[in-house]
Amino acid sequence: MVSSVTPIPTRLNAARSAAAAVRDPELPMLTLADLGVLREVRVDEDGVTAVLTPTYTGCPALAEMRADVATALRAAGFADGHVRVETQLSPAWSTDDITAEGRRKLAEAGIAPPGAAPKRAGGPVPLTLGPTRAAVVHCPHCGSADTEETSRFGATACKALRRCRACREPFEQVKEI
Amino acid sequence: MSSDDDHVYLSLAEGHGDDARWAFGTGFEDPLHGVDTTLPAGVEAEAHVALCLALADDALVAAQRLAQWITLAPELEEEVALANIGLDLLGQARLLYARAGQTEGAGRDEDALAYFRDPAEFRNVILAELPNGDFAHSMVKLLLLSTWRLAELTRLAEHPDPVLAAVARKGVSELTYHRDHAAQWAIRLGDGTEESARRMREALAELWPYRAELYAAAPETREEVEAVLAQVLDAARLEAPAETPVSMGRGRDGQHTEHLAELLAELQSVARADPEATW
Repeated sequence: MVSSVTPIPTRLNAARSAAAAVRDPELPMLTLADLGVLREVRVDEDGVTAVLTPTYTGCPALAEMRADVATALRAAGFADGHVRVETQLSPAWSTDDITAEGRRKLAEAGIAPPGAAPKRAGGPVPLTLGPTRAAVVHCPHCGSADTEETSRFGATACKALRRCRACREPFEQVKEI
Repeated sequence: MSSDDDHVYLSLAEGHGDDARWAFGTGFEDPLHGVDTTLPAGVEAEAHVALCLALADDALVAAQRLAQWITLAPELEEEVALANIGLDLLGQARLLYARAGQTEGAGRDEDALAYFRDPAEFRNVILAELPNGDFAHSMVKLLLLSTWRLAELTRLAEHPDPVLAAVARKGVSELTYHRDHAAQWAIRLGDGTEESARRMREALAELWPYRAELYAAAPETREEVEAVLAQVLDAARLEAPAETPVSMGRGRDGQHTEHLAELLAELQSVARADPEATW
């Protein structure tokens, strides 16, 4: 627990660990730090500020995340009126922001991690018809590379549905964005 | 019910205080909460409100139409897909309404703009409000709207207002998935059975003329949209219908079909039944 007399670097460390450990409400195997949505934690004389970025614009979990981060910071000893959670829209979150640790945890939970996000060169987005993904998606159950997409949209905005042709198991994949 | 289940429901209801709720109801915290919302010099406020409102109305009305497919789509995966696409649009609408409300400075928040404006105050394009029709109609509509909105948001990603630019940039990634989805269905149906191709031709014949309103609203999108549509039709073995001008209202001027009033009556009924309630 920190208090207002704890030195700022110590408070900053406490704040960082508390905010970073909050779990994503829809992918609870990941912390917000693993997911890459916790952009920054700042501490000054006036309290603590955590900066979050949404995964998808319509992600209903953002308000939940914000409340969970505030709760965690209060639990770490920051006083009620001195906890701020800000939203940063730019640069937009990309699945490239998921950490290596996050990718490992996803696979362990049976969710295939995303490949590299499509690079936008600026200008019109080209329409690509037919199979678009050169990257191989491995089955998180048996490891086979022989998998197919069954739907690009899954139970949450960030996931696609796939099926393994080798072990026949369906699985989810965090889709590249 | 186990105590774990209890916990799940509790956390949805009120487990985290008053600001953590999910995707239903009114009185959410401002979606631009904690975002720096200063309007840069050189962006004219009135025009900016109109721009954000029009983009938000297109998204809200289209999202409501997509939601109407739930329980009716040809397969479960499709329902999930259309609901997801609608949710993306709803998210864009929320941020754009909030931005419009702030810029206007008259104290209207996203709820006031979505639930308490009448049809003639809405600025969505007519195409967005047309009834769903059959699945081919809905896919042609989604193809036209998502191709156009993607082109529009690609441009707006460079807008001097950092909030609008950020919403647009994020929207570009989302819309790319929407357009892909519609294009793949267009090909599957157009190059499918005799019946599916017939339905696609009918849907195209009916909806194709509404492009005129899209280009009138955002002339710079025309070239890109036409090129993408030509590419999809070619792959789907479909032909572009002849250009027949139809008589239609102008949604951007608040001239709508009766379909919008019906859609809004449903969308706004609960919020209007008890305007003071937060739920």
